[in-house]
Amino acid sequence: MSDDAIRCDACPVLCYIKPGRTGSCDRYGNSDGQLVRLDPHVVLDRALSRGDSVVPFLQKARDWDGSLVSGEDTFITAIGAGTTYPDYKPAPFIISSQVEGVNMVTVVTEGIFSYCGVKLKIDTDRHLGAECSTVLAQGEPVGHVTTNEYGSQMVSLGGVRHLTGGSRHEGTVTCETLLDLSNGKAVELEIENGAKVVVQAGKAPVVDGVQEERMRVGCGSATIGMFAKQWFGKVDEVVVVDDHITGVLSEHQAGKLLGVPETGIRMKGRRSTPGRYFRVAEPGTSWGGTNIADPLSILDPFDPASARPGLRLLMVSTTGEHSAYYELDEALRPIEKKLPEALQQSVARIRENCEPALCTVLFMGGAGGSLRAGVTENPVKLTHSVGRALTRVTCGGAPVYIWPGGGITFMVDVTRMPENAFGYVPTPALVAPIEFTLKLSDYAALGGYMDSVKPLASFRQNEESRKRVAARPENPWPIKPEKTEQ
Amino acid sequence: MNTRAQIRRLEDGRRVHMQDGPIDLIVEAFGEPGEVDRAYRAAAGRFVSVLDELCGELTFLRQATRPESATPDGSVARRMMEAVRPHAARHFITPMAAVAGAVAEEILDAMISTSQLARAYVNDGGDIALHLTPGENFVVGMMEYPEPDSKHPQHSEHPMPGTTTITLDYPVRGVATSGWRGRSFSLGVADAVTVLAETAPMADAAATIIGNAVDLPGHPAIVRARACDLAPDSDLGDRMVTQAVAPLLLDEIQRALDAGIHEAECLRSLGLIRAAALTLQGEMRIVDGATSLFFKPNGVEAFSNSRSLVHA
Repeated sequence: MSDDAIRCDACPVLCYIKPGRTGSCDRYGNSDGQLVRLDPHVVLDRALSRGDSVVPFLQKARDWDGSLVSGEDTFITAIGAGTTYPDYKPAPFIISSQVEGVNMVTVVTEGIFSYCGVKLKIDTDRHLGAECSTVLAQGEPVGHVTTNEYGSQMVSLGGVRHLTGGSRHEGTVTCETLLDLSNGKAVELEIENGAKVVVQAGKAPVVDGVQEERMRVGCGSATIGMFAKQWFGKVDEVVVVDDHITGVLSEHQAGKLLGVPETGIRMKGRRSTPGRYFRVAEPGTSWGGTNIADPLSILDPFDPASARPGLRLLMVSTTGEHSAYYELDEALRPIEKKLPEALQQSVARIRENCEPALCTVLFMGGAGGSLRAGVTENPVKLTHSVGRALTRVTCGGAPVYIWPGGGITFMVDVTRMPENAFGYVPTPALVAPIEFTLKLSDYAALGGYMDSVKPLASFRQNEESRKRVAARPENPWPIKPEKTEQ
Repeated sequence: MNTRAQIRRLEDGRRVHMQDGPIDLIVEAFGEPGEVDRAYRAAAGRFVSVLDELCGELTFLRQATRPESATPDGSVARRMMEAVRPHAARHFITPMAAVAGAVAEEILDAMISTSQLARAYVNDGGDIALHLTPGENFVVGMMEYPEPDSKHPQHSEHPMPGTTTITLDYPVRGVATSGWRGRSFSLGVADAVTVLAETAPMADAAATIIGNAVDLPGHPAIVRARACDLAPDSDLGDRMVTQAVAPLLLDEIQRALDAGIHEAECLRSLGLIRAAALTLQGEMRIVDGATSLFFKPNGVEAFSNSRSLVHA
């Protein structure tokens, strides 16, 4: 038998599986020598028929007493727990444990989220596309461009309209895109009339084939404010090129305060306030998120009334990635010269103040009626309990942000969750783990399924079907009791 | 005790899904509620040991069948052998070519031998065993590709290029589909070969044989790989299986389909199939003798028929 194939022992067929291929069931595959389960919705199927499916859970990274499920340092996550959807019956796992002397209960289920999506923050100053532009994956619309934030472009993907409101193929591709992003995989997105961008949680975006390195230090105007003192005396004029607000040192408030004299510079674009210009060029992926290749193209001829031959001009982008140094000749034309040592340092300083550009992926979903019904007979009580912070919601053990207002609409940073925590069902919809942790007495009060509560110790059985993963030190321990309301 | 098998009702509350290893069944019975429940219990009871039985003689079942091959032990395995043996003199075939149809038939038999059912079917990944009683029929829809494939979005807009109605007096209780895109390897290039035969294992074996026959040997547009390089324990050994088919010229498509039609006619004259529909890159050819009740094109009205059964 060839040595790179692995033997799958999930069933008695005992397939030998080559790397990159699946066994005869199409459910298990060989991924770089590892046997992996490929069909997350079967996890769901499994849990519907039996309660003892694969349950990865967190273990605090400290003394381990030798058993898979130990004491209060164990938290059963919902990953692989399955769901009882759409039945109004208790969630697959309702687990009690004692933490710091308080009886706690955690209700563990996998939610099927038809209403869900991904909020993407892409750190870049490059123009990815106009606001409201459609975002495509594999040629299908999967979301849209939303606001520009400081140094970042926000993108909204998924949502029920793309998942189930469009064509079947649109839904399938949307589901796949959300699943891949949520599971930390790279996805290529194309923005209509805009850029192609490869995004992956916690990694730098790749815009039109170029990997983004750094976020801008600030807008052009802010950059002038931050570095004016360092430039003063070393150069006569500085233009910080920025697609949003291009800054000009001599006209800017910061330059005025330092007594920088007028230089006769004349900018294209629309002047906002002194030293601050909008739209000096079109948006693009070059200097400061504009489309220019030659920075001089944003300047009109210098004003002979105040300009003088020999005047020193620095042009720099908001990330310090682009810079050029000029001196005016007798005809007041800027002639490019080598960047003087002192200015090289300030450009390097801009660069070093720019943080690494990353993509951030927040999964957002709403826990609807039947999911809550798996927790309590009176679902709205769960919503109220979450709203009053008596019930802690976690997603694969990771903390979530709960939107104020009605319902249980939450966001979670997928990089804080265990690997491959998300699955899907062919609806299409995403399957995400969700755990509700609260005091046992509170659980009883909100109409919980007290008969279904099982002590944590009982999960010592079926240990072989569970996967132990280390808790992430940056996450708060999910099962610690909240401050009690007394 | 088999703890792998998963058996549950689907969300519609009527059909039952059974899965164990590579076996995936959708089962539905029609009749009095008590009879239906009993049928499902019988199906589940039979289902849980099927995979273990098959794996017990898997090595033998993966070997090429000859007319004089021994008869295997298990009842599913015997159904497989019985279905492939008639092909063995003329073609390479292993009992595995009929495994899906044989499992479907075995489970169907378990149901109808314990319950009075008006109708029932067991669909094993597109290979279907049917049960009918007087006054009942099934409408079977046919897919152009045996596997839903995101690369072929037209799939969703034109889900069924044809349908056929199976009535009690039409001696067909098995439907099967084979194609190179399907879960099993194919030696041929057909997108789908759908076969109607007297039994599900017969249909399954014949679909494989006809699918293999739809071929253009040596054609550069066809990417092939040794089965053992893809799956080391494949019953096809070092035979070249189809991995991709680039767009073909119309006369090439016709030539490949002609080869398949020839094989299908041959199997029909031997009584091994009743009818077959062959598709390749948008072209469809049908072999159904003089019956002509087979595969009316795009029977849209059939979709709203509650008795329609989407297949493949």
